[in-house]
Amino acid sequence: MSVATQDTAVSTGRVTRTFIYLLLILFALFYLMPLFVMVANSLKPLPEITGGNMMALPQDWTIEPWLQAWSSAQIGVEPTGLKPYFLNSVLMVVPAVAISTVLGALNGYVLTKWRFRGDSILFGLMLFSCFIPFQIVLIPMAMILGKLGLAGSIPGLVLVHVVYGVGFTTLYYRNYYAAFPTELVRAAMIDGAGFFRIFWRIMLPVSGPITVVSVIWQFTNIWNDFLFGASFGGQSQPMTVALNNLVQSSTGVKEYNVHFAGAILAALPTLLVYIVAGRYFVRGLMAGSVKG
Amino acid sequence: MANSNTQADFRTRLQDWIPKLVLSPSLAAMLVFVYGFIAFTVYLSFTGSKMLPKYDWIGFENYARLWGLSHWWTAITNLGIFAFLYITICTIIGLGLAIFLDQKIRGEGMLRPIYLYPMALSFIVTGTAWKWIMDPGIGIENTMHLWGWESFEFGWIKDRDMAIYTVVIAAVWQTSGFVMAMFLAGLRGIDNEILKAAQIDGASNWNLYRRIVIPLLRPAFLSAFVILSHLAVKSYDLIIALTGGGPGRATELPATFMYSYTFTRNSMGIGAASAVIMLMTIAAIMTPYLYAELKEKA
Repeated sequence: MSVATQDTAVSTGRVTRTFIYLLLILFALFYLMPLFVMVANSLKPLPEITGGNMMALPQDWTIEPWLQAWSSAQIGVEPTGLKPYFLNSVLMVVPAVAISTVLGALNGYVLTKWRFRGDSILFGLMLFSCFIPFQIVLIPMAMILGKLGLAGSIPGLVLVHVVYGVGFTTLYYRNYYAAFPTELVRAAMIDGAGFFRIFWRIMLPVSGPITVVSVIWQFTNIWNDFLFGASFGGQSQPMTVALNNLVQSSTGVKEYNVHFAGAILAALPTLLVYIVAGRYFVRGLMAGSVKG
Repeated sequence: MANSNTQADFRTRLQDWIPKLVLSPSLAAMLVFVYGFIAFTVYLSFTGSKMLPKYDWIGFENYARLWGLSHWWTAITNLGIFAFLYITICTIIGLGLAIFLDQKIRGEGMLRPIYLYPMALSFIVTGTAWKWIMDPGIGIENTMHLWGWESFEFGWIKDRDMAIYTVVIAAVWQTSGFVMAMFLAGLRGIDNEILKAAQIDGASNWNLYRRIVIPLLRPAFLSAFVILSHLAVKSYDLIIALTGGGPGRATELPATFMYSYTFTRNSMGIGAASAVIMLMTIAAIMTPYLYAELKEKA
């Protein structure tokens, strides 16, 4: 493929190429600028921000804002820092991602290899459910969580994220398994292998790429969620809600450096996942999972 | 003999049922938590619910009141401006970057992740960052002054008429790289033979892209449009973190409107009605798309 591209790469002159490179670099700077501003200013003492230049590197380097954001900044009424909320997010994300991914894999397997009448209508309903604006379910969800005694708890948030995440994971696995030869599954059936045995021995071993996609997708979405956390978090608010409380607090001096440190702390897990596994995500998506 | 027969029978029947049993928890959850809840919210929108749900039927009164509220009109107008600019600018930047990156650029492997990483961030983080960057006191304006451009002014975020455009800037920053990736995937999927033939026929670069490449990217345009428009309608966190809906109500969107009417202004009926309108907007965009997708795959 790369050889073919070489032939057909649109021939461009030196001036055009310089222009293209310039533009690409300019955009790279545009995308990097906020990250640079956040990191640089999170390492400055406050007077250096209010009296100085946002784009300048710190003159007086300090990690004090990071320590404050992590363990002593005022979140709402308590000076707890973001630490307990970070923990809430971890406790919420791990089970929610695991459960929704397992369910998605099983659903995708059924919908492609054990088809039955009306299965595409069910899948259509499931697919549509991925895209609903969540405002439409907020009110009844608040009521049901209250009735179940799960309001304001981590299990409640896990339930919400599993319920509204399973459509996406099912979509990923279904499209991926659809490309897997059904004859192999048939042959195994004739040999007497049952539903779970086929899943375990045949489907699961080839599911690596799409599992990476599903896990990254779910992890990013659930970690970054704000609406459900703010609506149903109660005593177990996730990181995003705590960060917003920290930044929006109207009392006292605005400690920009602490806010920036907090924002990076909130972004760190998803950024790390992206840096470590981003390339597998893109590759997995290309492996026939979602049409580009 | 007969015994083993019935046993085998039982096993086959079990095998028939297992797949449906496995699927059923997800289906039940979906029917209750998605479609049941939608039905419930639609019902609430026809009741006089205030702070708590009430079950008195009042017909279309909430809808009539909703469309009479200037607050709602602000939210709808803002969504119109925001969605149009957000989708258009993301598409232009995304397509432009994808085409340029596709010119055998050295360092593509380094540039791509730089364009893409904002997508990994939460809108709350994006909002926090841009809130201070666009703050006239400590942000860009201040920086430009310090760099000697004294007359530079950028106070949009504090300006009722301009604040909505700051939302566009932050949202474009977050998603345009992702749109780039979608177009790049589309470009890489185009058969090179077609391009080669056109070049032999003497097509200029401009015409090559305008007449051949861009029309071939139709599926990518469609996916980008669907994803961006649904993100636009759902936008909530970014507003909360960036402007809090202000100054005043200048950057309210339907999502923030729904939340405040339902949970802080004790007008649940009106909140529900606004949620129904949001759902209908998304359904109008998604249903034809999903229908076509499913039909094609089946």
